[in-house]
Amino acid sequence: MAEKITLEIARYSPEQDEQPHYECFEVPVHKEWVVLDALNHVKDNVDGTLTYRWSCRMGICGSCGMMVNGEPKLTCATFLSHYANQGARKIRVEPLRYFPVVRDLVTELSDFLNKLKKVKPWLIHEDEPPLSQGEFLQTPAQVDRYKQYSMCINCTLCYAACPVVGLDPVFVGPAALALAQRYNLDSRDQGAAERTALLAHPEGVWGCTFVGECTRVCPKHVDPAGAIQQYKLAAVMSWLKSFVMPRGQDAR
Amino acid sequence: MSTSTLQPPKKPSGYKPFHPRWYRPRVSVYWWLGEWHYLKFILREISSVFVAWFVVETLLLVNALRQGPAAYEHYLKLMQNPLILVLNVVSLFFVVFHTITWFNLAPSAMPVRFGGKRVPDFLVAAPSYIAWIVVSVGVAWLLLR
Repeated sequence: MAEKITLEIARYSPEQDEQPHYECFEVPVHKEWVVLDALNHVKDNVDGTLTYRWSCRMGICGSCGMMVNGEPKLTCATFLSHYANQGARKIRVEPLRYFPVVRDLVTELSDFLNKLKKVKPWLIHEDEPPLSQGEFLQTPAQVDRYKQYSMCINCTLCYAACPVVGLDPVFVGPAALALAQRYNLDSRDQGAAERTALLAHPEGVWGCTFVGECTRVCPKHVDPAGAIQQYKLAAVMSWLKSFVMPRGQDAR
Repeated sequence: MSTSTLQPPKKPSGYKPFHPRWYRPRVSVYWWLGEWHYLKFILREISSVFVAWFVVETLLLVNALRQGPAAYEHYLKLMQNPLILVLNVVSLFFVVFHTITWFNLAPSAMPVRFGGKRVPDFLVAAPSYIAWIVVSVGVAWLLLR
């Protein structure tokens, strides 16, 4: 394994640059170092102006997502040694694809957060039961139906992997759709009908062409592509049922 | 502090909240060429054109059979054209690719639950493959017996 490796980092300063350029920094390859450690090394020792987001450094907060050698990755979980062992001398670090860039490796997330809010990712009750009734109980099987989709940390790697997000800016996108499905599948939720207007729409699940990259890059194994296809099927079934039953049924 | 400061401050004309100039990357029309995963997706989508071609070919065959022996002979001659042969070989490759990719994607669109647990994906895809093999062997037996 090489002792040193070069980080080729995309730099963009909104005050000076028309478009990003790359700067190279040589960093030591320690066995336990991840790309985020190398970025911190550069910021602490070489160039304090290097700008990027990070917080927990343990795959929970979802803030350190970046393109590493063209792949959306959580930099806190991407080891330098992985690349060094493959004989790479250079690792390219760029901001997550398809997002506007604020500075260096920092992307603008307002659009994503607005989309997230639009799918109403919270428990909706039509009839709020009294507190005296106690907590909502669920069986392990009921939890199992949505648990996988509840693991999302909003790191937006799936947005950087999805070409539809890049080509169609109004597309709600993988994480928000998977989260909507997470609440639709929750036995405590009654908001599926409210979410249908946005989900069963060309901007919603019908915008998805099932590239499947969102699922491949997801660091928490959420499988947004699966959630979206399942919703498509549920929406079609609900539409068919509406012919048979006078009031139809909620897409679940 | 003068009393005038209690009044709401006047908005200076031309005031704009700070908004850094974002860099908005453009998506190239060749976005699908750069990565194997994207190229595979595009090939999978294009494969539907070749599936459609086989459907057209089958409809032409049925039509020729309906019109009689002369039309059927003409159809067979058309199918012996080298260009059609090459197109059919390419189409066969794409139709097989289409079938395999869709069989593999089916379990994520239709998860099957049994006894409260999700059945492994390969078990959900297996019946499709088995049905494919059975039908293919049946057709081969009909043609080659």
